[in-house]
Amino acid sequence: MEPILKLEDLRVEFRSGALRHNPKVALRGLNLEVYRGEIFGFIGPNGAGKTTTINVLLGFVAPTAGNAYLFGVNVREPIARQRIGYLPELTYYYKFLTVEELLRFYARIFGIPRRETDRRIDQLLRLVELEQVRNRPIKTYSKGMQQRVGLAQALINDPELLILDEPTSGLDPIGRMKVREIIQRLKNEGKTVFFSSHELGEVETVCDRVGILHEGELRTVGRVSDLKAQFQTDLERIFLKIIGYQLNT
Amino acid sequence: MNKILAIAGVVIKELYRRKDFYVLFVLTALITLVMGSATFFNDPKIVRYLVEVCLLLIWVSAIAIAIGTAARQIPAECESRTIFPLLAKPVTRAHVILGKFLGCWFACGIALVAFYAFAAIVRGSREAYWPMLHYFQASWLHWMGLAVMIAMVILGSLIFSAPSANATICEIIIVGILLLGGHLDTVALRQPPPLDLITYTIYFFIPHLEWFDVRDILVHDQPLIKWWAVLGATAYAAAYTATFLFLAWLIFRRKPLNA
Repeated sequence: MEPILKLEDLRVEFRSGALRHNPKVALRGLNLEVYRGEIFGFIGPNGAGKTTTINVLLGFVAPTAGNAYLFGVNVREPIARQRIGYLPELTYYYKFLTVEELLRFYARIFGIPRRETDRRIDQLLRLVELEQVRNRPIKTYSKGMQQRVGLAQALINDPELLILDEPTSGLDPIGRMKVREIIQRLKNEGKTVFFSSHELGEVETVCDRVGILHEGELRTVGRVSDLKAQFQTDLERIFLKIIGYQLNT
Repeated sequence: MNKILAIAGVVIKELYRRKDFYVLFVLTALITLVMGSATFFNDPKIVRYLVEVCLLLIWVSAIAIAIGTAARQIPAECESRTIFPLLAKPVTRAHVILGKFLGCWFACGIALVAFYAFAAIVRGSREAYWPMLHYFQASWLHWMGLAVMIAMVILGSLIFSAPSANATICEIIIVGILLLGGHLDTVALRQPPPLDLITYTIYFFIPHLEWFDVRDILVHDQPLIKWWAVLGATAYAAAYTATFLFLAWLIFRRKPLNA
């Protein structure tokens, strides 16, 4: 089976200073494949390289070496992003627009016909429960509502692959549950979800496979159930063991 | 093209939901109307002075709107991080630059229509004189000049770190070109070498924005400019605009963005 997302010896270095010596290596030869219909959890401590990997996949940062592919197309090509949806960790939207205007803007970028746009906007606003406030500027929304705007915009093109960067970060328990429900619903519809998270309990509940990243290296990849069977413990302890953290108890 | 127009649409929405344009328009209208209500020495040609002041205010307001809008576009996208969901779509950085440029330019075009319509109504109501082709030439060339200025400011926004620094530097350059640009060749003649060469080089490299300022044809009822000259000035503006936007793209395409 062809992977939907593929990383090949991906290396990213950040150089700073006038002479650009001593580069900071963010990713060290990452190899990863994610297949259709999977929910893949990408976990790691702060500074492990999760967001850098997502930045490469979205074309924000060019890899120093290696390649990244979405649907077999190199991420350097903008068309690789035609069938993906992206939800950033924090909400970054034009706050002077209403949610309906924002979704219409993104739909236009994807070239979705007007009638189909209307249908999708109605459907998505129902899904994220923002129908009642569709004509209010985004700046008047609460944080949870803004995160749901993010989910709606990520789904406007009916993507086959969703890239979620810390999707439940800063949300209250109800907000988290709603996001989890939506991810589960997307899985049932056959979508592929690639998401980074610090919430290991959430990853354990939702994901089929996980990859644990530490200091720019992928330390392990596997099915959650297989890892739990192999290490005879829960995902949190597996994670701490793999990154070399010594537990006192 | 659809992507560029979509991005431009957001810029236009942002402008008319902000108060800058309305404040400048009301100020221009107020100053013109107050001056229009006054009569000095029973001068029958007082309307000319009124038109001159009104057109000067239009120029100042349009430059303020153009620089203010263009200077913050890309830095604001990066600072508010709206650039990330946008570039996560099948949008290139060239689309972003062109969309931002077109949005600012169209928005300034809308503002110019309102300003020039106001000027025409004020003059028409006092003199019953409606030189529509003159208004068209003046506003068209004004709009072309603004295209060069907006492209220059967008390029500046990728070079200078703060939008305020960029706006100030661009204002100085633009006002400098408008006031002195046309006289640099004369200045060069009086300079010793190598200053004369440097002054000539600047003269031939800068975009001559003063060519787009044809207020005199309205103020002094001069004959219409030859249409081929208007076409030539349009092509000249297009060449400089394209050059500035190309340079902006060269800088922006290599700029790393970390979400």
